[in-house]
Amino acid sequence: MEPVANSLTADLRGVKTHRLMVRATHWINTIAFIGLVISGVAILLAHPRLYWGEVGAFGSPALIELPLPLNVEQSGWGRSLHFLSAWVSVANGLLYVVSGLLSSHFSKQMRTYDSAQRVAYLGVVFVLFPLMLATGLAMSPAIAAVIPIIVLSFGGHQSARTIHFVVTNVLVLFLILHIVMVWRTGFTKRVRGMIVGRRDEQEQP
Amino acid sequence: MNRSVSRRAFIRTALAASVASSGGAAALLARRYGLVPPDHDGILGIGHTLTYGAHKLLLRRQPLVREFRRDQISANFPAINTTLPADDEYRRDMRQGFRDWRLTVDGLVKRPREFSLADIRRLPARTQITQHVCEQGWSAIAEWTGVPLAEILNSVGVQPEAKYVFFYCIDRWWDSLDMDDAWHPQTLLAYGMNGQDLPVRHGAPVRLRVERQLGYKHLKYLSAITVTDSPMDWGKGKGSEGAENGYSWYAGI
Repeated sequence: MEPVANSLTADLRGVKTHRLMVRATHWINTIAFIGLVISGVAILLAHPRLYWGEVGAFGSPALIELPLPLNVEQSGWGRSLHFLSAWVSVANGLLYVVSGLLSSHFSKQMRTYDSAQRVAYLGVVFVLFPLMLATGLAMSPAIAAVIPIIVLSFGGHQSARTIHFVVTNVLVLFLILHIVMVWRTGFTKRVRGMIVGRRDEQEQP
Repeated sequence: MNRSVSRRAFIRTALAASVASSGGAAALLARRYGLVPPDHDGILGIGHTLTYGAHKLLLRRQPLVREFRRDQISANFPAINTTLPADDEYRRDMRQGFRDWRLTVDGLVKRPREFSLADIRRLPARTQITQHVCEQGWSAIAEWTGVPLAEILNSVGVQPEAKYVFFYCIDRWWDSLDMDDAWHPQTLLAYGMNGQDLPVRHGAPVRLRVERQLGYKHLKYLSAITVTDSPMDWGKGKGSEGAENGYSWYAGI
């Protein structure tokens, strides 16, 4: 008798696209990133002004005054959702990077990219994401007590907050470009490839 | 093929079982070593618990926060929430230089008592220049003078089963700390700011400083302190008024 798993795979015709680990971490990251951006905006609205150095407050000059409405009512759930999403994002990101290195996912994937794509994807995974984590941790008074260098290296508490904001914008820009490129190369096919891990043989890659 | 499928299934089952059992063991250990915050319930409580547990481990050597130079003190230090309690008795105390103000300390202590402002000023003082970080996003540096909470706790004699120190304020706000933050040398009952008496808008006569946490834990207008072994004795058991309004009880981040 044929094992059930075999008859199932026989029905799923098509070319393999992404491994299960890549697909699972991609969508978990999607959910965590949406959670981080929404809650990040909720937190930002409580004080939509950015500074450089250690300190900054209403009554002191700002580096950037964002044209956003002030709302101090949303940061309670905002902060809780932000840190929960951050935990999911960090655990998921570690799983993705470790499994990617073990399976040589990065080196294989890089061969299919042009140089702009390489810079973008490697930059997001190995530069911008760690930078978001480091600037986020630098804003924690407890973490700053354990590792003061984390806040000193960014030039102070408010500088870390400003860098956290700027890098968020770069990541959101990356997300928009990523979706545009997926759209231009066949949205349904690409999204299906990232969900089921296969695409039809007759379709062009 | 068949064999490799069943072997894979076995490995998966074994992995799932080990994850589940180590998860259960971790939960037991976390409770045993006080790594679970009072507001651990619900989906967002998962995040509160991960953060608090991770910070308890990272901060187990009880590091001090950074202290700053005099010339780094902020000229502009906002005061938010209550800036003048409406309470009649407070207004009268204020006019009399807080001569009749008292801080009650009770609960799981050997010698419960009341402290006047003069009593508190007679205890060994500490002065520190630190950064106040508000959850809203602003921050400012000030010099604080006060008695370490540890001095107060030592003078009343804390019982060994103590797990939390609760604080009550004249403006009816309340919150609590775990014993690590309560005993921490930079945790002060501050009566001075930038070399002057603590201004009314910043919580006179005495406010709390918990330097490793965000501004909303630094309660102003203190009136009573109670040592307890359970957060369940107050409110909904979430440990603070803030936690009942959606702000995490632990505010180290």
